[in-house]
Amino acid sequence: MKTSASNIKKVLLSGNEAIARAAHEAGVRVASGYPGTPSTEILENLSRYDEIYAEWSPNEKVALEVALGASFAGARALASMKHVGLNVAADPLFTSSYTGVRGGLVIITADDPEMHSSQNEQDNRNYAFAAKVPMLEPSDAAEAKGFTKKAFELSEDFDTPVLVRTTTRVSHVKGLVSLEKPSVPRAAPGIEKMPQKFVMLPANARKRRVVIEERMKRLARFADTFQLNRVEKGDRKIGFITSGISYLYVKEAFPKASVLKLGMVYPFPEKLIRKFARSVRELWIVEELDPFIELHVKAMGIHCRGKDRVPSFGELDPRAVRSAVTGKKGPRLFESGEIPLRPPNLCPGCPHRGIFYAISKLGLFVSGDIGCYTLAALRPLAAMDTCVCMGASIGMALGMEKALGSDALGKVIAVIGDSTFVHSGITGLIDIVYNRGFSTVIILDNRTTGMTGHQPHPATGTTLKGEPTAAIDIEKLCRAVGVNHVYTLNPHDSAAAEKVLRREIERPEPSVIITKSPCALLPEVRKRKDRLLFTVITEKCTGCRTCLKLGCPAIEWVPLDEKTAVRLGLKPKQRGHSRISPVLCDGCNQCAPLCKFGAIVEVNDHER
Amino acid sequence: MNDRRGKNILICGVGGQGILLASEILSTAFMEAGFDVKQSEVHGMAQRGGSVVAHLRYGDKVYSPLIEPGTADIEVAFEMLESARYLRYLHKNSTVIVNTQKIFPPSVATGIEQYPEDILEKLTAKRLRVIPVNALTIAQHLGETRAVNMVLVGALSLLLPVPEKTFLGVLRNRVPARFLDVNRSAFMAGREAAGALQEVHKRR
Repeated sequence: MKTSASNIKKVLLSGNEAIARAAHEAGVRVASGYPGTPSTEILENLSRYDEIYAEWSPNEKVALEVALGASFAGARALASMKHVGLNVAADPLFTSSYTGVRGGLVIITADDPEMHSSQNEQDNRNYAFAAKVPMLEPSDAAEAKGFTKKAFELSEDFDTPVLVRTTTRVSHVKGLVSLEKPSVPRAAPGIEKMPQKFVMLPANARKRRVVIEERMKRLARFADTFQLNRVEKGDRKIGFITSGISYLYVKEAFPKASVLKLGMVYPFPEKLIRKFARSVRELWIVEELDPFIELHVKAMGIHCRGKDRVPSFGELDPRAVRSAVTGKKGPRLFESGEIPLRPPNLCPGCPHRGIFYAISKLGLFVSGDIGCYTLAALRPLAAMDTCVCMGASIGMALGMEKALGSDALGKVIAVIGDSTFVHSGITGLIDIVYNRGFSTVIILDNRTTGMTGHQPHPATGTTLKGEPTAAIDIEKLCRAVGVNHVYTLNPHDSAAAEKVLRREIERPEPSVIITKSPCALLPEVRKRKDRLLFTVITEKCTGCRTCLKLGCPAIEWVPLDEKTAVRLGLKPKQRGHSRISPVLCDGCNQCAPLCKFGAIVEVNDHER
Repeated sequence: MNDRRGKNILICGVGGQGILLASEILSTAFMEAGFDVKQSEVHGMAQRGGSVVAHLRYGDKVYSPLIEPGTADIEVAFEMLESARYLRYLHKNSTVIVNTQKIFPPSVATGIEQYPEDILEKLTAKRLRVIPVNALTIAQHLGETRAVNMVLVGALSLLLPVPEKTFLGVLRNRVPARFLDVNRSAFMAGREAAGALQEVHKRR
């Protein structure tokens, strides 16, 4: 497919960039979300359009409520989140299905099969079924744009929120996309009181419940002729029903087969499915994760193959599809043999490392949370013992405390990042105060949402659009909910942090320790020319390995044999020494104070 | 240069080496040369100094964004150890461009494991066509260690049916003006280094 022939401009966009572009072309007025891989870039790109109000909300529930409000005011609105974010937003989702919309409302759910950057791989197609709303599922960036625009039309035509589901390989894959002009401006938003539609008192909700049933029936009939549900006629021996990314793997593995591609994965086009099933000898359903399509096809009484052979977890690829269908493994592959793993690690200069080093020395049970700092669970710090969902650390620490009673004192702490605390940690803290707990909570305040690539949040003083705004004072907030012992400290100074930590975990009252230091990767931190640089004086290093316990990527262990050790003026039996990479060292000064032998020193004349 | 058949290119290395920018430059160049292209990468947790891999496929029409194991025609490894991690993607006629730079993974840096010293030998033993490039040294000579990625793009460009001037045009559009010169030099230096090696291969 050559691009030069057409006069429409084609550009290379990721699925997420394409969705943002679609919102612009569809005349969206309000967009909201909370950062989460693989969805983050949707809102980041949307924020660059001047005509769209775009915000990072404190969490996904608020994000969907903001978008729903905009829709009730008659504007087109979009809310975007990762798969687990939709769990947080499920409350407004289920009832927005009852109210329906005024302006088109589209909710993007970005799922993460294979858990590249997630704690579970739930299949959010199930939300479409459970909440009784239609769901579209694009296969690539070009479809991501087209489908998102179509979703706004469906939303208004059928008076319903519409889910658009992507997966990592749709969100983060770049492909060619044709740009179109934004559609003509829509009627200006305005207030209209519609209590029967918008006030879900039981009496109204019961009426709307009936409306939902009618709507979904209409949508199911519409699905049979909907242009996004498409039959590609091919070899009649084998036919596939598939959708989203799986469609591309099927086309790659079986280019000649017949395919029914579902652009709308809920509700199902039953007539189309029956007709397609009759037209092929063997019917396969190929989908990642749950047997969502398969269960429905089977419930229609149609015989098909699918999850008996297609894996129900992890990502698929063409090879996985081919071997599932043919039952053959495929050609043998080269093997790497045993090579050292390269897991992700906290960055050099990461402020989290200092406080986690202090925590690791105390041998506490650490109720953890979601963020870069979850990497502290890995060796050598090994200082995190739970990670479940956003904000869970605090409530779970309280639960442990209540189960253990006074035995928990001095043994259990909660650790949570600043963005995560604002997202859903505050209510947990209130619970500790309200229910007379004594858990110690550490809030890692690195002034940003780190893991997803530096998004501002309500405690940073900046909006998504880069405007200055009020910043939550986390210390005051903690005091306001009733915590009397709140201490802010510098996490790079782990000895001082350890002292405060030792005192607070023994306190039979709630306490909060805020470790305040910006993420080492923030541009304003990287640009600082006054960052220090450290080095190891080899002759002074005894090879005790204490500095290595920080797990800093800049500190290396250099093995020694007897001859070299003697040549370097070290004891013949010393088996190695530490070295600091001048390229990687960030100058955080966490390691130098740990060295009892004064072997780690600051380099005086250096350039940054 | 006239080969219009598509290829699968796997790019791997360590988070922070500029792999995402390199693959974006490449896919834009394919687009400019009239190919369909898909570029797959992973963000988030994986970027924190971990092993990073990007899939790049171009041709007349590309469906799957993921390269099927056993079908990568070219692997570009930004780090030596990483060239061995993704062997399952290669086939017996694959070409491997390897930056001979070593970046120690945590287990090696802390002395628990040793960095395998026989990686290039292992690749050659599988009869893969190996093109080692000392991209770090080249970039250091140019005074910008961060240009390692463009050295490797240059080396790879020699194997692709996309004219040099297309790449230079993409660089001009994509790289900030103050970094353009060094990136262009890095690209050309990588191209030359790979060219010299290709000559050696031919003479054998």
